[in-house]
Amino acid sequence: MPEKKVFVGDVRFFSVLDESGAVDSKLEPAFSSDELKKLFEWMIQIRAFDDKCVKLQRSGKLGTYLSVLGQEAQVAAALAMEKNDWLVPYFRDNGLILARGAKFEELLAVGGGSEWGSQFSGPNILPVAIPVATQLLHAVGIAWGMKISKEKNAVLVSFGDGATSEGDFHEAMNFAGVFQLPVVFFCQNNQWAISVPRKNQTASETIAQKALGYGFSGVQVDGNDPLAVFVAVSEALKKARQGKGPTLIEMITYRMSDHSTADDASKYRSLQETRAWEKKDPIDRFRKYLKAKKIWTQAWEDRVGQTIRTRIEESMRKAELIPNHPSTDIVDFVFLESTMELLRQREFLEEAGRREKRDDAK
Amino acid sequence: MTLMNMIQALNAGLFGAMQADDSVLVLGEDVGLNGGVFRVTEGLQKKFGPDRVIDTPLAESAIVGASIGLAIKGFRPVAEIQFSGFAYSAFEQLVSHAARIRNRSRGKFSCPLVVRSPCSGGVRALEHHSESMEALFCHVPGLKVVMPSTPSDAKGLLASAIIDPDPVLFFEPLKLYRLKKEEVSEDHYEIPIGKARLVRPGKHVTVVSYGSMVPECEKAALALSEKGIETEVLDLRSLSPLDFAAVQESVKHTNRLAIVHEAPYSFGVGAEIAARIAERNVLELDAPVVRIAGLDAPMPLSKLEEAYLPNANRIAFEIEKLMNF
Ligand SMILES: Cc1ncc(C[n+]2csc(CCOP(=O)(O)OP(=O)(O)O)c2C)c(N)n1
Ligand SMILES: [Mg+2]
Repeated sequence: MPEKKVFVGDVRFFSVLDESGAVDSKLEPAFSSDELKKLFEWMIQIRAFDDKCVKLQRSGKLGTYLSVLGQEAQVAAALAMEKNDWLVPYFRDNGLILARGAKFEELLAVGGGSEWGSQFSGPNILPVAIPVATQLLHAVGIAWGMKISKEKNAVLVSFGDGATSEGDFHEAMNFAGVFQLPVVFFCQNNQWAISVPRKNQTASETIAQKALGYGFSGVQVDGNDPLAVFVAVSEALKKARQGKGPTLIEMITYRMSDHSTADDASKYRSLQETRAWEKKDPIDRFRKYLKAKKIWTQAWEDRVGQTIRTRIEESMRKAELIPNHPSTDIVDFVFLESTMELLRQREFLEEAGRREKRDDAK
Repeated sequence: MTLMNMIQALNAGLFGAMQADDSVLVLGEDVGLNGGVFRVTEGLQKKFGPDRVIDTPLAESAIVGASIGLAIKGFRPVAEIQFSGFAYSAFEQLVSHAARIRNRSRGKFSCPLVVRSPCSGGVRALEHHSESMEALFCHVPGLKVVMPSTPSDAKGLLASAIIDPDPVLFFEPLKLYRLKKEEVSEDHYEIPIGKARLVRPGKHVTVVSYGSMVPECEKAALALSEKGIETEVLDLRSLSPLDFAAVQESVKHTNRLAIVHEAPYSFGVGAEIAARIAERNVLELDAPVVRIAGLDAPMPLSKLEEAYLPNANRIAFEIEKLMNF
């Protein structure tokens, strides 16, 4: 028997705007100028909110914060979703979560240490999963449910490059391929998993190509090009809704900030590298494009910026107005029907609260 | 002797162990160039090179599973799980293999592996970064579980864990990492696994604790002593094997026992100690055993963390009640 080739793979990189903001008109999506403006507004909104959160963390009002700086084009993925789709986010997805309809004050509440914030406004958004890659399997299950009940919707699940090393990633991809599930794996390859660079995370050339091993297609997109992200995610979601199975999208981007407010990236990566990525900034690039299309003016951006700042300030007031929830919350949501032991512990919490008040009064 | 916090003591311990034995490897997420997210492995890669201090891909099951293989092959891996709340995907490897390979092969193979992991709360961290799930591991036959509460115990226990012929889970209460400094010997020394430490002698009541709650028990003991209640505080240091003899010894002369941990109340280390006392020493008790513990609920986010965690006030309050029984 002669040897023959039994598998040939194909992975493409896709972008619409180049680094200078020049557009490939053949690939340009048909957006109205209002839609383009909205996309831009979302990106600067996320950047402003992100900046605020870093400051709030420094002043002790928020816990450890994970910045989205540099990955703002992620909002395009949320805008590509339909109402009945589901978003299964990871911990660097404030842009996605907000663009899908959650409120600033909800994210501020979670960041400030209250579980109540995780009840996001906006349709079908799961709370953020912190254990890396675990949420991919939930997305698979939700997509499976859609398939079984013959809904024409899809799930977008988001995660980082580091997540592709976890077993859960591979198991989720495998299930999705075997059962041909309507799920889009949206990998934000920001080149780093805390201090570990992408090249030490996997020996494969791209992350996108991993999809081929599970029997479906993978594509790389320029993750600092919101139009490319929009087009790629829209197409993958459409394919999923039509019953044509899953897609892996590798969004090539860069984590411009430290991993979190508890991290110091200068320990493990060069300033040169970060500087080089600054030139590819998704907002700058999109601004140039809008300017060339005569949609953007400085006055307009200033006005929008002002509105955004006002809204963020308002949300902070709202977040501060949220009354402190009682300590009995700790035990009240463990089960729908509490157990005898949890009810006893609830009494203990109430008694401890009363004792504290008495001690304070003394 | 040098003044060290727990991080520095652990770092010194790892340094010494790697220097003394070429088969000791350190591996995990961000342990190399970054020196670990808490800096416990700071400087090790620089000194011993990337073949012995290894930044792995992000995969806990692989870190532990591969460490089992390395241990079988004759190395002494010291694996780090970045937070104990992320150890669960490695659970199968620990339970099904690390804990059983000696027994399964009737001693032909063994697994001298250390898994270090920060644990417990009190620092207003994100979800899953404040877990106290040590009892899960204590329940597994074939695993040893230790948790120091001071810098010098941390260094000595780590030395014992690394030379131990069997798998040891080494939990580090992250709240204590930088809480206090003490004089620690630069020389090699071992704190034996399975030996409790008498933190404070007392004749009226025994308080058994470990990890993050030890300093709270000490504070409570101090406050109680002003009221004439002399509390004997024991730090278990090793949870499995347990120094039950030390607990018995103490209870024999105090006749009262409280157990304090921040892990959930039910099915925990406290339950084990209380059950053994009930079985073997019940006639020596003047009052029922008391458990002062976290709640049977997921560790809350920061706003309610304080309400969840036992503290010195609550410990003192419960012990006074116990004294008045
Ligand atoms: C299972 C698990 N292990 C470890 C961690 C600690 N941790 C948090 S984020 C992170 C790196 C994640 O990298 P990546 O997936 O690329 O996402 P990014 O942070 O770059 O957005 C690690 C190791 C975790 N949250 N979950
Ligand atoms: Mg990453």
